Amino acid sequence: MKPFEYTRAGAAAGAVALFRPGDMYLGGGTNLVDLMRLGVAEPERLVDVSRLPLDRVEADGDGLRVGAAVRNSDLGAHPLVLARYPMLARAVLSGASGQIRNMATVGGNLLQRTRCPYFQDVSKPCNKRLRGSGCPAIPGDHAHLAVLGHSPACVATHPSDMAVALAALDARVHVTGPAGSREVPMPGLHRLPGDEPDRDTVLEPGELITAVALPPPPPGRATYRKVRERASFAFALVSVAAALDVGADGTVAGVRLALGGVAHAPWRATRAEAALLGAPAGEEAFARAAEAELEQAVPLPRNAYKVPLARNLIVQTLRELTP
Amino acid sequence: MEITLRVNGDERTLPVDPRTSLLDLLRERLGLTGSKKGCDHGQCGACTVLLEGRRVNACLLLAVACDGLAVTTVEGLAGDGALHPLQEAFIAHDAFQCGYCTPGQLCSAAGMLAERGPSAVTEDLAAEPGLTAGEIRERMSGNLCRCGAYQGIVAAIAEVAR
Amino acid sequence: MNRVEGHDKVTGRARYAVEYPAGDVAYACPVQSEIAKGRVTAIDSADAAAMPGVLAVLSSDDPPDLAEDADPELRLFRGREVAYRGQFVAAVVADTYENARAAARAVRVTYAAEEHDVLLRADHPELYRPDKVNPGFPADTEKGDVAAGIAGAAVTVDVTYRTPVLHNNPMEPHAALAAWDGGDLTVHDSTQGAAADRDTIARTLGLPPGRVRVVSRHVGGGFGSKGTTRPHAILAALAARAAGRPVKVALTRQQLFDVTGYRTPTIQRLRLGCDAGGRLTAIEHEVREQSSTLVEFAEQAAVPARTMYATPALRTAHRLVRLDVATPSWMRAPGECPGMYALESAMDELAAAAGIDPVELRVLNEPDAEPAGGLPFSSRNLVACLREGARRFGWDRRDPAPGVRREGRWLVGTGVAASTYPAKRRPSQATATAEDGKFVVRIAAADIGTGARTALTAIAAATLGVPAARVRVELGDSDLPAAPLAGGSMGLASWGSAVVRACEELLRDGRHGTADTTAEIQAGGGYATHAFGAQFAEVRVDPATGETRVPRLLGVFAVGRVIDPDLARSQFVGGMTMGLGMALMEESVTDEEFGGFTNHDLAQYHVPACADVPDVRAYWIDEDDPHLNPMGAKGIGEIGIVGTAAAIGNAVHHATGLRVRDLPITPAKLLAGF
Repeated sequence: MKPFEYTRAGAAAGAVALFRPGDMYLGGGTNLVDLMRLGVAEPERLVDVSRLPLDRVEADGDGLRVGAAVRNSDLGAHPLVLARYPMLARAVLSGASGQIRNMATVGGNLLQRTRCPYFQDVSKPCNKRLRGSGCPAIPGDHAHLAVLGHSPACVATHPSDMAVALAALDARVHVTGPAGSREVPMPGLHRLPGDEPDRDTVLEPGELITAVALPPPPPGRATYRKVRERASFAFALVSVAAALDVGADGTVAGVRLALGGVAHAPWRATRAEAALLGAPAGEEAFARAAEAELEQAVPLPRNAYKVPLARNLIVQTLRELTP
Repeated sequence: MEITLRVNGDERTLPVDPRTSLLDLLRERLGLTGSKKGCDHGQCGACTVLLEGRRVNACLLLAVACDGLAVTTVEGLAGDGALHPLQEAFIAHDAFQCGYCTPGQLCSAAGMLAERGPSAVTEDLAAEPGLTAGEIRERMSGNLCRCGAYQGIVAAIAEVAR
Repeated sequence: MNRVEGHDKVTGRARYAVEYPAGDVAYACPVQSEIAKGRVTAIDSADAAAMPGVLAVLSSDDPPDLAEDADPELRLFRGREVAYRGQFVAAVVADTYENARAAARAVRVTYAAEEHDVLLRADHPELYRPDKVNPGFPADTEKGDVAAGIAGAAVTVDVTYRTPVLHNNPMEPHAALAAWDGGDLTVHDSTQGAAADRDTIARTLGLPPGRVRVVSRHVGGGFGSKGTTRPHAILAALAARAAGRPVKVALTRQQLFDVTGYRTPTIQRLRLGCDAGGRLTAIEHEVREQSSTLVEFAEQAAVPARTMYATPALRTAHRLVRLDVATPSWMRAPGECPGMYALESAMDELAAAAGIDPVELRVLNEPDAEPAGGLPFSSRNLVACLREGARRFGWDRRDPAPGVRREGRWLVGTGVAASTYPAKRRPSQATATAEDGKFVVRIAAADIGTGARTALTAIAAATLGVPAARVRVELGDSDLPAAPLAGGSMGLASWGSAVVRACEELLRDGRHGTADTTAEIQAGGGYATHAFGAQFAEVRVDPATGETRVPRLLGVFAVGRVIDPDLARSQFVGGMTMGLGMALMEESVTDEEFGGFTNHDLAQYHVPACADVPDVRAYWIDEDDPHLNPMGAKGIGEIGIVGTAAAIGNAVHHATGLRVRDLPITPAKLLAGF
């Protein structure tokens, strides 16, 4: 690890005031310390924001406001989350391990970086680490990488489970920074790679996530399904966050669908949602909706399995949510 | 930088390199080699300790970020002379072979038994789940054991949970 | 009996290699090659040497004095040639781990890279027949007329199986603490054999063995990867000499993938034929595998076919290609593990093609003597294992039709495979001494988690006729009486023989006994000595997602006399758990562009987690074998992994109708079939 300085902030405003170029904010550290040890992240100074008083989960009318420093385990066990947002609870509980969830913060979880093997190995080129150096994953090992929205520069996936649920729930990310405070809608925080794969999100230098606001939960039933080779403690091959509301006439009155493990960002399946709204809830409509979304997929030779996997998982999850 | 930690009940103040992990501080500076380094990236759980009573991966914590906090390692799991019930049960159920993951398994189990709420395998999120074998397996999956002592580990934890 | 070191292990008091206190200790970190083939042209260590705390930089700019005939993998910094990506090309010694690691990254190495070749292919033009396969078997055997056997068969299969590179991944990364005292070197190493490690370190450094001591009282697993001396131990010795202080080298998990060995990938063609009644007419097992350009290591994957089934025609063959890769080595049950995966999968295919129950097909082809060599078996209870396993598993309720059982979203199936592993022993020494009301047994054995310390305690106590509490076993130190390493499932048979003899002599002498079993072992022979077993698996496969789960694994083994039931069960179950990993998730992905592997940590190389193994059970049958050793015991460390992957793969076929002949069986491969 390259030597760095360390300072701890007492308040969000103070953290932003302290921030200078070359600094990074430290939350739970579960990904940042990992990347620093690999030489992928080399901050000149860490500004520790893990103890900021942003650790509350509070009802906001029928919605919820989650502080950025709330630990994943506290979020996944919170009665309001369990009662109102089972999709979010299941997403959080399916991520990492009990130890990691005790450490990882909501803000840090959103900002974790890809687990692409080339990104994590500084002895190999990677456009995400060094723009213009190349993407060896495209001709090489991309078995776990993106099938949607990738670019010739980068096929990385975003690894978060929580972010997939937040994208499905229309969460809004509260950010404060040198230029003031703003809200960034989910999805929308995370970018597609284009020709700037080094930029994961739309955040500007020095901007700090302070909270995530959840609007009232969508009506109907909701869940999160995650497929992986190992039964636990593994990143998703593909995951689905889904909410389904079927009207009295048997047609889809409301639906939310987002995919994980398939793109550089949590992938809100808007085409599938559009295809489903008003359609009779059933196998045929579910399959058609999944096809509509995955028509856009551009699989590579070693990750082509993700297309049928995502399609089947969407259908299976919607079937499970159908009353 | 100088930090103060409460380690297994003892207050320790010492200067640290900001790069030093809590794990390396314990092992290389304080001589507490019970906590193990299996991967140094939070991927195996061998370094699990309790920080303010919660199980965490000591390899991913910078020691400076733990200033003022209380750490319990396997050396401090039980009172003087005695064994923690989990330690007794691990011996009785042959819940280890090489022993390298064992301190992390024990600290993780101690932390896990104090946790509330559902897990990824809990069917009904609204009910407080019972600690079935399936629940233990999911909740302990952050602690890898290459010897494959999982059957004994689950049996030992289940016995203590009863 | 509870493990005698159990208390130390659960309290954190058991010390592993780099956990011993050492005054003024320094830390060394290697710099690794970033090319797979070529030459180092320049090493710029000026920046690194100027960094805080740096004590020394080691590299081929100042080659250390190492023996010319040493293992090329251990001749650190002697030459400029690079044989594989990840090879050590330099190292930095510094006062703290943090400083050493940062400085190692600051060493700039320039290379003249050459085009590399890192991929095993069935049609590789440079495949050749090695003289021997590990540890000394002939590469090829032929008996009878395979072509005629196949041509005359009523049913045949001709199938090719592939297994990937697998890494041992013990939980304790390889690590060593080296300290010089004048010309004497002490290394606390994580090794499966203190005596062999001592000899190799001494030979590599050009020292008499008497000047080197290796201590390894606790070892955090090895599974073969700590059976031979690894570069970290030599680096620790060189760094300690350069720094003039004790030095720790603790490899990172990532470095384990590069320099601590691995199981070669294999491409295995099986041709089997049987008559209408299911009797085999021919077996042909051809294996293709890789080694490095530095060392020839040929895994004996076709060797178990020489033992398993009666057949008039049997041909086994190994072909090897030398690639720009690190040298493969031992991983739990080298030979039997990948070889029996292929043979036992092919037997299942033959059973299906012939319409014969797979348990019965194996029973039908039980041989009277070892098929390739003709020696009588000292004991062979494969059939008893199959019958007992079938009974316990509920095999008689099995409908053979594939792909027809559904429970919710899951397709359910069951599978069986046979298991085998040789039962051998090597010469060993030991002493037993009456001291202060206790009996102290001394032997340079290793306990890498097998329970050797406990089992030897039990063996000594039984021989002496005293309670185990009155016996203390000292092991894990090369200053103790010489003993072979923990490997080949020979540890307990070898060490136990010496311990029995030493204790017998102590009983005669009243105070002290010494033993050397060299002559006793040379006098034996005349029998084929193998352990056997039967593995049963139940799997669930979701055809929509390709997820495979294994709700049940059950093994029954015939291993002579079981010394300690708890330790034995843990060994079997542990091997079966590792076999489950091989079946469903373990794979090191060769990086064709850069060499080495793309995945090299425990987040990307998946070993089974607790959630993967809900119910793994091991049983054994009574087996009395007088031809083995004084204990009547066969080794048990490896047989548990043999056959597990085949049983799971066969169960996946039974569940889904799909044959995935390329491990691991992943969602990607299953979805391609549905």
